[in-house]
Amino acid sequence: MSHHIVQANNLHYTYPDGTIGLSRINFKIHHGESVALVGSNGAGKSTLLLHLIGSLVSTKGDIRIGDYPLNKKNLKAVRRSAGMVFQDPDDQLFMPTVFDDVAFGPINLGLPEAEVEERVMEALDTVGISHLIRRSPHKLSGGEKRAVAIAAVIATMPDILIMDEPSSNLDPASRRRLINLLKTFTHTKIIATHDLDMALDLCERTIVLHRGEIVADGQTKELFLDEKLLAMSGLEKPLTMQGCLVCSQVKLS
Amino acid sequence: MHMADALISPAVGGTMWAVTAGLIGYCSKKVKDEMDDQKIPLMGVLGAFIFAAQMINFTIPVTGSSGHLGGGMILAVLLGPHIAFLTMASVLTVQSLFFADGGLLALGCNIFNLGFFPCFIAYPLIYKKIVRINTTLDKAEKNIIAGSLIAAILGLQMGAFAVVLETFFSGISELPFTTFLMLMLPIHLAIGIVEGLTTAAVVLFIWKARPEILNAASSSAPIGASSIRNVLIGISSAAVITGVALSWFASSNPDGLEWAMFKTAGIEELEAPEGVHSSLSKIQEKTAFLPDYGFKADESEKTAEIMPEQNESSWPAVDSGTSVSGVVGGFLTLTVAVGIGFIFKRRKTNE
Amino acid sequence: MANLQNNLLDIFYIDTLSSGGTWLHNLDPRAKVMTTLIFVGTVVSFGKYEIAMLIPFLIYPAVMLAWAELPVGYLVKKMVLLMPFAFFIGIFNPLMDREILVRISCVDVIESIGITKLIDIIGLLDIIGLKNGIGIIEISGGWISFLSIMMRFCLTVGAALILICTTGFDSVCLALQKFKVPGPFIVQLIFLYRYMFVLIDEASRMVRARQLRTFDARANMKFSMFAPMIGQLLLRTLDRAQRIHLAMCCRGFDGHIQMIRKTDFGIQETLFTAGWSFLFIIFRLYNIPVKLGEWITKFLL
Repeated sequence: MSHHIVQANNLHYTYPDGTIGLSRINFKIHHGESVALVGSNGAGKSTLLLHLIGSLVSTKGDIRIGDYPLNKKNLKAVRRSAGMVFQDPDDQLFMPTVFDDVAFGPINLGLPEAEVEERVMEALDTVGISHLIRRSPHKLSGGEKRAVAIAAVIATMPDILIMDEPSSNLDPASRRRLINLLKTFTHTKIIATHDLDMALDLCERTIVLHRGEIVADGQTKELFLDEKLLAMSGLEKPLTMQGCLVCSQVKLS
Repeated sequence: MHMADALISPAVGGTMWAVTAGLIGYCSKKVKDEMDDQKIPLMGVLGAFIFAAQMINFTIPVTGSSGHLGGGMILAVLLGPHIAFLTMASVLTVQSLFFADGGLLALGCNIFNLGFFPCFIAYPLIYKKIVRINTTLDKAEKNIIAGSLIAAILGLQMGAFAVVLETFFSGISELPFTTFLMLMLPIHLAIGIVEGLTTAAVVLFIWKARPEILNAASSSAPIGASSIRNVLIGISSAAVITGVALSWFASSNPDGLEWAMFKTAGIEELEAPEGVHSSLSKIQEKTAFLPDYGFKADESEKTAEIMPEQNESSWPAVDSGTSVSGVVGGFLTLTVAVGIGFIFKRRKTNE
Repeated sequence: MANLQNNLLDIFYIDTLSSGGTWLHNLDPRAKVMTTLIFVGTVVSFGKYEIAMLIPFLIYPAVMLAWAELPVGYLVKKMVLLMPFAFFIGIFNPLMDREILVRISCVDVIESIGITKLIDIIGLLDIIGLKNGIGIIEISGGWISFLSIMMRFCLTVGAALILICTTGFDSVCLALQKFKVPGPFIVQLIFLYRYMFVLIDEASRMVRARQLRTFDARANMKFSMFAPMIGQLLLRTLDRAQRIHLAMCCRGFDGHIQMIRKTDFGIQETLFTAGWSFLFIIFRLYNIPVKLGEWITKFLL
């Protein structure tokens, strides 16, 4: 299926002030793949994500989402097939109630009212937060906010889920719930994160960014064993792959 | 600075509501027609910013009292007059509901006083005239300070003047026009200076950190002389129409002091007393009344000293009987009103 | 700082109250907005010396508070804190307007409640000299209009607070939308309310961070520190607006915000609005306290 491919060809981006954001970015993500995007602060993860949703336009090179090259003309179609979950749920939940917020996308798709409500219920059920439907976003906990933000995105039924730091600011239990939830999704997933344990749990493939360039792209487990690579890119081995403090045995992965 | 419901008459409140509603409609249309959709979240969040920023205080040097950011002026500088007016109106609406600043009827007055003058008068006619984009850096900085200061002061002076006018036309407060004016204008001169300085400081900060924001704002929403004229024509016609309509309505009641007196004393309610009640009245006549003119002369001398413009003919006829009924009945009504509330509450808790 | 936190808590508390579950909370917001406006309109329509006729209007806040199970103490406290402006303008009235408007004789009051005869029998009335008019209380127009201002204040502010506590801001916006208030203004109100919480929180974090490093928790900051802080907050706000816009665009935003809300202005709403309005008109037209007073004094004597 050529359908849900995300492809970047020799992508370059320079900020207006001259700083280089991205250079020589090449990758191809296939349908159903789960890809982690890792790298130190300022490595270019967010810049890359902003390119994928057409918010930043590359200075050189292009992006193809599905069958379309990403340009102004296709922007709407692309945004319909690629849904983005933002890092700060407060930026994403702008409507007065959870229902309104989750319904925002489906309404904009021009669906009839009954179908909008159906979609909202379905999305909330999937994420397991139907009970929050009447609540206001400002009264939700961090974990709940994140869940609503995810529901709001999947209510538009995108093929590709793009997530910016989905596990940040979550307590361990909420984080675990999130990981289990994401495991059930069959969407193509692109997840930018510092949480390498989550990457290990969720993504079979990882792209390592460093100073705006891709320094590694391959099997997550293999990359995370490469200590030299990790050290160079400002990362460290996921905790689950480090030796156990108690029995000092290296867990084989 | 906020007008309060308690101090305005329905005619003034209604007129200002109509005027403000007209302005909101006008600005909404303008915003809908020419705004790029990026400004929708921007104006919403900036409204919230004003709300939050007003709660951060700083110490005013010398006096030691505390000041905070105003609002109207900085919004106008950042967003242009139409969006700024809508944003200011939304801030005041939320304040009137949550902090009961002013009240619902006075909301029209408050939006007008604090929104119209800075956005549609002070900003286009003063700030924009002083601050021009294409000047040297050094000069631009001075211009921003001067422009913000003068525009904020004059905007607030106009607002304060409007408060006095609205209060005066409402006739609820006894403060004489000039006294109130002499009280309000100096106070708001001080407030205006603080607001002007904070506005200038924030605008300068933004201008240095992100000059493109200010350039975009000042070029995106040009407000021409014709636009201002349209607004003014619209406002004055709305004010005249509602004012006339409401005053016609009001004048179908006998207005003025006598009428108010009449009501207070409840004279119109007093019909020919019969039976026991009439004998009560007789007793009252005999016992309760001091010679009326004695008081009258005495009092009017006193009031004449304070208020020479009031003549004796306004001296009302006081009927003690109805006053007593008023006092007794008033307390009873009060008890009943509160009592009913309590009964409902009781029933609720028993259920 | 305390200011910021308290305001936030205050709004939060009202927000919580407004999500209560009484039938009053579930009433269509249009009914409550309309009734509140009619109430405020009638209250302020009285002449400035009116007191007696304002009293019956207290029944509205009293009953609404009970129906909505709202905490009376909290609302009264909030109202008292808001009083200064009306008080300071109003207090000039007694100074300016000293004409005697009402004269009440204690004898009459005593007589009216029916113990005169008893006192008369013992001849007490002559002894204490009440009959000669010593016990006469005089009230100037200024005090009456001042009292009237304060009563108006309590009634109008009370009504507004009750509206927000029983309805909630979003529902008030919904009602305004149904009353054909222009769309951009409604969207503006909704966004303002949504991000008010976020920004007050952000502002208080900034202020707290400053306080912790100045080791002087009580003082307000200096102007030289205030300006960059506000500027910083403004820059963050502008960035946030950009991110929100992006998030909206990602979900197909094209300049219009629509909401699906079921509203039902049914029999209950009609009865509520019509019933209260009818009562307010009665209160406006007939001087209930005086009528009641006359009736009572007649009855007792």
